[in-house]
Amino acid sequence: MMRFILPFVIFIILATFLFVGLNLNPREVPSPLVGKPAPEFSLPQLHNPNKQFSPQEMKGKVWLLNVWASWCASCEAEHPLLMELARQNIVPIVGLDYKDKREAALKMLEHRGNPYVITVSDPEGRTGIDYGVYGVPETYVIDKQGVIQHKQIGPVTEESIRDKILPLIAELEKK
Amino acid sequence: MHNILILLMFLSLPAYGGEAQDMAKDPVLEKRMVVLAEELRCLVCQNESLASSHADLAEDLRREVRELMQKGMSDQEIKDYLVARYGDFVLYEPPMKSYTLLLWLGPFALLTGGLGVLVYQLRNRRKTVAEATLSLESEARAVALLNDEKR
Repeated sequence: MMRFILPFVIFIILATFLFVGLNLNPREVPSPLVGKPAPEFSLPQLHNPNKQFSPQEMKGKVWLLNVWASWCASCEAEHPLLMELARQNIVPIVGLDYKDKREAALKMLEHRGNPYVITVSDPEGRTGIDYGVYGVPETYVIDKQGVIQHKQIGPVTEESIRDKILPLIAELEKK
Repeated sequence: MHNILILLMFLSLPAYGGEAQDMAKDPVLEKRMVVLAEELRCLVCQNESLASSHADLAEDLRREVRELMQKGMSDQEIKDYLVARYGDFVLYEPPMKSYTLLLWLGPFALLTGGLGVLVYQLRNRRKTVAEATLSLESEARAVALLNDEKR
């Protein structure tokens, strides 16, 4: 009897490991920044390069930081969802224009609509490095105290907004 | 005329600057950067090191590492700097932590287990082989058969 049970048990263990492991997305690297204060920066505003913006200005508000670029195809995919989110006026979205040309970014916002309360330029991607950005678009949910509570890697989807981002915002608003 | 040409040549040199300039500036630092970057993973093309990747982000991170080295940070400090932003994933050699114990000790556990099974099986086999002794009668028959074959 043992002859059959033992290989079977080993098979089940292996199959479980493979089933769980192969279902994970290797592109999603858990960010060490979740639960930590959002890194400070002071960057020129896209529409008004003489003025700077810093996350300090958002203290006391729950907000989203959306990293995007005009050259990024999946940013276009998530753009209508951000527009809808902005229209509902639930949460202010700050755009971080990552490694982009100013003209191209402005043109894109003009052409497709601007969901951001403010957009800052990070042409060299240095603030991006501080935020651990490695795949644009990325979206951070930041709470009233300025702590990163969630990071979405890749474009937001209807599901991720409905199931994760909106409930989290509602919860953070209460605090 | 010659002088002007030579002068022009020198004037045009800065145009060749860009990426390669850093390398020329400090080959020792560049070498140190490459050695460290070999141990770091590019997050975009995940099976490439930061040293060999051509991804945009890898280039930025190499620049960052270079600058941190110029600031006088040690290799370990630079690793910590990157881990704080990108997580342990950025290291090719994962650190020993509670959730990486299986990763570090798993192969040894498997090896020990395998050796255990092997030893157990070999012992068992010796027992079974020892039991299979021939009776005198069958041995005589076997000898007879073998002798028969020889002829």
